[in-house]
Amino acid sequence: MSAALIRLQHVTVTYAGQNVLDNIELSVEPGQIVTLIGPNGAGKTTLVKAVLGLLKPNSGSVWRKPKLRVGYMPQKLHVDPTLPLSVLRFLRLVPGVDRAQALAALKEVGAEKVIDSPVQSVSGGEMQRVLLARALLRKPELLVLDEPVQGVDVAGQSELYALITRLRDRHGCGVLMVSHDLHLVMSTTDQVVCLNRHVCCSGHPEQVSGDPAFVELFGKNAQSLAIYHHHHDHAHDLHGSVVSEGTPAASAHVHGEGCKHG
Amino acid sequence: MADFLLYALLAGLALALVAGPLGSFVVWRRMAYFGDTLSHAALLGVAMGFLLDISPTIAVTVGCLLLAVLLVTLQQRQSLASDTLLGILAPSTLSLGLVVLSFMHEVRIDLMAYLFGDLLAISPTDLMWILGGSAAVLTLLVALWRPLLAITVHEELAMVEGLPVAALRLTLMLLIAVVIAVAMKIVGVLLITSLLIIPAAAAQRHARSPEQMALGASALGVLAVCGGLALSWFKDTPAGPSIVVCAAALFLLSFVLPRRGV
Repeated sequence: MSAALIRLQHVTVTYAGQNVLDNIELSVEPGQIVTLIGPNGAGKTTLVKAVLGLLKPNSGSVWRKPKLRVGYMPQKLHVDPTLPLSVLRFLRLVPGVDRAQALAALKEVGAEKVIDSPVQSVSGGEMQRVLLARALLRKPELLVLDEPVQGVDVAGQSELYALITRLRDRHGCGVLMVSHDLHLVMSTTDQVVCLNRHVCCSGHPEQVSGDPAFVELFGKNAQSLAIYHHHHDHAHDLHGSVVSEGTPAASAHVHGEGCKHG
Repeated sequence: MADFLLYALLAGLALALVAGPLGSFVVWRRMAYFGDTLSHAALLGVAMGFLLDISPTIAVTVGCLLLAVLLVTLQQRQSLASDTLLGILAPSTLSLGLVVLSFMHEVRIDLMAYLFGDLLAISPTDLMWILGGSAAVLTLLVALWRPLLAITVHEELAMVEGLPVAALRLTLMLLIAVVIAVAMKIVGVLLITSLLIIPAAAAQRHARSPEQMALGASALGVLAVCGGLALSWFKDTPAGPSIVVCAAALFLLSFVLPRRGV
């Protein structure tokens, strides 16, 4: 526990008299992937902002390891169409980055071919990779990813999650990410925090998916995911989603990665 | 060459050079209305200058800076939409300036000169202010170029990466305030924003990087100043409006010229 990168204790955030976040406990350790899931309006983005220090909680404490280097990947990037900005120039907004370093970061995320394209012309999936590359250029100890797979098709989504796991393995950084697609997240995460203004439940994916609070929050969702799963034959990433049967595959993590390319 | 023409040319060129990069930010960050409000308030500064018996140049500079700070403070409260707020302040301050001026019977001022500029009546003292102000703003813009660009692309990303976003935003507004105070003599309060926006907008279509757009805008501004002064000299047209007409013609031209392949 002493090795944590960030630790939130009793964090409460209030907007207009309403608790958006209530008494949140959260910590991320090096090499750990923590995923926040929850329905719309559950306060996932608010929690991310509190972690990043963009927002001051009304009460509770947000502790960050001193001089923590954070790589942040926002939900999306909107650059005014009048601003002529290439991907390379965008990456070079991080101080001390040259073309070779930018190219290396883009190669790592598999988006090197867009290096000279204007950012406005880059597709959704490629943009997510470019944003990830920019976060990596900061040599982060902690990666914070707000809905990293937004606007990416299903095949691309599992690929992106696999990429995030690979990056974690290579750089040994902690990862905090927001998601609302359970089925893909399950295979790539060490800890799931199920959020609905307060922490409903948290733990390893297998534990969480059997938790009554989780079933209550995602009951309908989980069912539809199960149907989806059978139709699309994505057995590799849905090990934990068979909530009603309650016997998640133990080796799901390893299986998830291998299956994608196999 | 006549002295007054030389002064006019130097003042106009100094303004054009600084208006290029600064105007680019106004376009990228959609601050045109903000600039308009500050420039309308400049007339109130003139009136206050006469009322308090201080130099109008100083009064306008201080007035614009104060209003910029006030606007930033009010915008953070966010009880009114930004454009509503500006829409209230712009005409109110302009009208208040006119009303205050009408009370001062002993002061004979040429209102047209303040509204539309009186470039050909620039004194050596005015010129010193214009050159000094432009040089100071240009130096700061160059020094802060990368951080200013970073907050323009994505404020939260910049904040996570450790940039003092609020201070940078305020600095940019103060720089605009200084340029507006300085430019009032040249093109007048009603035309100042056009000098910031039109060259930048004209350069935008053909620029492939933020720097190209800023430098291109400066170059087009220089052309507009030279063209406007020539028109004024040979055809006896008012200098300020002639410069704006030239800038607008260059803008139209930028649409006719084929865009370079992207």
